[in-house]
Amino acid sequence: MGFDAATAAVQAALDAGARYADARVMHRRYESMSARNGDIEELAQHESIGLGVRALVGSGWGFHAVPELSDAAARDAGRRAAAIAAASARVPGPPIDLVPVGAAVASWASECAVDPLGVPLSDKGDLLVGATATMREHGADLAEGLYQVWDTTKWFVSSEGHRIDQHIRECGGGISATSIGDGETQRRSYPSYRGQYGTTGWELVTALDLAAHAARIAEESRELLSAPECPAGETDLILGGEQLALQIHESVGHAIELDRILGWEAAFAGTSWLDLTRLGSLRYGSELMNVTIDPTIPGALGSFGFDDEGSPAVRRDAVREGRWVGVLAGRDSAAVAGLDYGGSVRADGWARLPMVRMTNVGLEPGPHTLDEIIAATDDGVLMDVNRSWSIDDKRLNFQFGCEVGWEVRNGRRGRMLRNPTYTGIGPVFWRSMDMLSSETVAWGTPNCGKGQPGQVGHTGHPAAPARFRGVRVGVRA
Amino acid sequence: MSDERDLAARVVELVRRAAGPGAEAEVLVTRSDLALTRFANSFIHQNVAETGTAVRLRLHVDGRTAAGGGNRVDADGLAALVDRTRAAARLAPPDPAWPGLTAPTPVPAGPAVDEATAFASPDERAARVRAFVDAVEGLEAAGYCRTAYRSGAFANSAGHSVVGRAAEAALDGIARAGGADGVARHCADRLADLDGAALGARAAAKARAAADPVELPPGHYEVVLEPAAVADLLQNLAWFGFNGKRHAERQSFAEPGAAQFDPAVTLVDDPLHASTLPFDLEGTPRRALTLVRAGTTGAVAHDRRSGAAAGTGSTGHGMAGGSTFGPIPSNIRLLPAGADPGATVDGPAGTVGAGVTGAVGDPDTAVLVAGVRRGLLVSDFWYTRVLDPKQLVVTGLTRNGVWLVEDGVPVRAVRDFRFTESYPRALGPGRVLGLGRRPDRQPDRSDGSWWEAPAARLSSWNFTGGASG
Repeated sequence: MGFDAATAAVQAALDAGARYADARVMHRRYESMSARNGDIEELAQHESIGLGVRALVGSGWGFHAVPELSDAAARDAGRRAAAIAAASARVPGPPIDLVPVGAAVASWASECAVDPLGVPLSDKGDLLVGATATMREHGADLAEGLYQVWDTTKWFVSSEGHRIDQHIRECGGGISATSIGDGETQRRSYPSYRGQYGTTGWELVTALDLAAHAARIAEESRELLSAPECPAGETDLILGGEQLALQIHESVGHAIELDRILGWEAAFAGTSWLDLTRLGSLRYGSELMNVTIDPTIPGALGSFGFDDEGSPAVRRDAVREGRWVGVLAGRDSAAVAGLDYGGSVRADGWARLPMVRMTNVGLEPGPHTLDEIIAATDDGVLMDVNRSWSIDDKRLNFQFGCEVGWEVRNGRRGRMLRNPTYTGIGPVFWRSMDMLSSETVAWGTPNCGKGQPGQVGHTGHPAAPARFRGVRVGVRA
Repeated sequence: MSDERDLAARVVELVRRAAGPGAEAEVLVTRSDLALTRFANSFIHQNVAETGTAVRLRLHVDGRTAAGGGNRVDADGLAALVDRTRAAARLAPPDPAWPGLTAPTPVPAGPAVDEATAFASPDERAARVRAFVDAVEGLEAAGYCRTAYRSGAFANSAGHSVVGRAAEAALDGIARAGGADGVARHCADRLADLDGAALGARAAAKARAAADPVELPPGHYEVVLEPAAVADLLQNLAWFGFNGKRHAERQSFAEPGAAQFDPAVTLVDDPLHASTLPFDLEGTPRRALTLVRAGTTGAVAHDRRSGAAAGTGSTGHGMAGGSTFGPIPSNIRLLPAGADPGATVDGPAGTVGAGVTGAVGDPDTAVLVAGVRRGLLVSDFWYTRVLDPKQLVVTGLTRNGVWLVEDGVPVRAVRDFRFTESYPRALGPGRVLGLGRRPDRQPDRSDGSWWEAPAARLSSWNFTGGASG
């Protein structure tokens, strides 16, 4: 049924004058449960199915989406997409081509040992209730737990002969403890702010062992209330892997999105400091910096078989030994830029236009361990687990806050520090990285916002702890 | 409309048959026709439309609660929704804090719906974009024009049943000149009230005035914030301050009855002032809620659950996600100086281009700027994030133009700043040196949510670094 509707929509768009069309039927089941202070707070399930069709008329795109899969509805959607594309010609741009991609006829499914929707709700509830109750017992004013599950099936057809179906299961979760003091709040989370997520089954959540960490983070959140403030000044900064994942996401992943580089996101999400004329030569960071774009990593949240333009998942370099060498691209943006690859285009639902999105953008591991990095640091701060994030519209100036920091003195981890923040400029910061750990985790970010109408992307970020020299920390209001 | 009402009634009936008369059910059905025409590099590069129907069911049975949703509205789809929500409710733990259903209550009609906006064609949106692009006269233009229509029906097993409709349009664009951007945006009930040429001219004038910026040292500066920047203050105050759940959990700065703001500040959440469905997710009628009156915090927003816990009842702020994050006002007006909470002051939709002089985009802002001996004129804020929710300390950046003002005149463009500031403190007693006389409605990222404010002159804003290093 999915292929039939998509095929009818594509044909209708072609009949209405499109020179290229593709259509995606998407069926998604979503389930989330949250608990607070030992009780279930919300249990929600959602199911959605629909068709989105994209048409290219001249140099103008049009996209229309409907929730019906009947032949008549699909054909009407195709015709409307072509009409919208024709209207785009009222404010025309340069000619648009698409970089070639083989017309795949394929089927792909993500790895999943334990179907997350098959796990009894009572078991999942017990997990969250137990963990949040434990946090309350150990002093948290607010003890929260959450899991989310997405089960998505897609059928993709293009006028170039693509016919691809994919079944992608994603899930994850986490817990957090908040302690409220006089005029401030402090939070500790495990394993990450909003939890850890992957393109995998419930085995990911089981392996997190949320219950085992509940007491510790509750106690740490209380301890933070009386911990000394992170000092202000310039120092050596050691970032844990979870925070470094977000650093990669914000200051590398978004910066290498080709639609930003081309100015297509200028008004809203912003542009990029990167200039295509320097692709291949620009020094992005230190020689330790090797960043890949890799949607083939099993279980990582940005993994898939084919993107939403039908391009197969392929691993590419983004930064090699500190030099900028690759971008995240779609078929049209790549053609405009004179590149020969796309493969990084996705939409967050059937009603949304596919756009350039991070897949798994991650930092390859280094030779050290976190303990070795600490041991090699005379005077610095270790920070981990994101609390706040902000970066400018060119992806240069950032300021991040973390949940927790620790003094590092004479090669040892010392006192806990509260309200740690650090700020800098992307390439300056990355060039200051001089030690990198081998302890890589593929962190999942399930809440990447981009696009108008807004879309929420799922991205993955392999990252390990690293050290950066001479970073400004402790910015205050 | 009757389709949505019929659908809602059918789901309530399905629940009654499946779970018996003791089951409490509430159903919201929303049909949407949403379209957005996006432009960048002065051409339309994305152009989308969607039609959809969403059904949300919340069910409380045998003391347990679950929510379900979907877009399958055939008989099988609705039956499946009821079945899986019932199954989920059976497995859910007891919910002793269930606040019950909204009783049958009249709902206001809400603002009139402009049919031409509700079902505008892609050509009509493209015409506004064309006008914006032409008006920037050779600069690069980027932004969007969107139209939105929603038709909703709510029904519950307590016999409450209401319907409503809403339409909205927004145009938001920048002009780019040599690396400097100027912005103009406006949200209106009618697409016809969006003047692409006027907004484009304003954005272009500001972009040209933003050329060749200088770096200034960080520090505390007096500021004049234009309505786009003020909208960011309202949004963060709404999410983290006037959120009834966060208030109950002592995570909010808000202290009803306390003079926490400057006497010039009156904030009213006023959904029926412009296009919004006249009831919330729980069927509660929407109404104006005065959050701050003349500087004194008066109320926070509640849905049925948080309102029951607080003993105040719902204020009509039931929303998706509210049970976890809390109820959030999403239609706040900062009233101009001298206005009372019930006052209606027309926005500048038809005169947005008047007074364009470059950095200062309108006469309203010009009056505030004229009083500044040395300070900064700020167009817009960007990527603001909360560092400390209790004090609402926020970091973020300026965007789309900052100018140094000396002796009442913008003397030159300034490079973007990063700031770290407590929003309630910045608006605190003695801190608001002036408000503009004409509010401007600013669109949010999604339709139905908007922020309306005049320009504001504040005595101090803490800029903590230059964005370029």
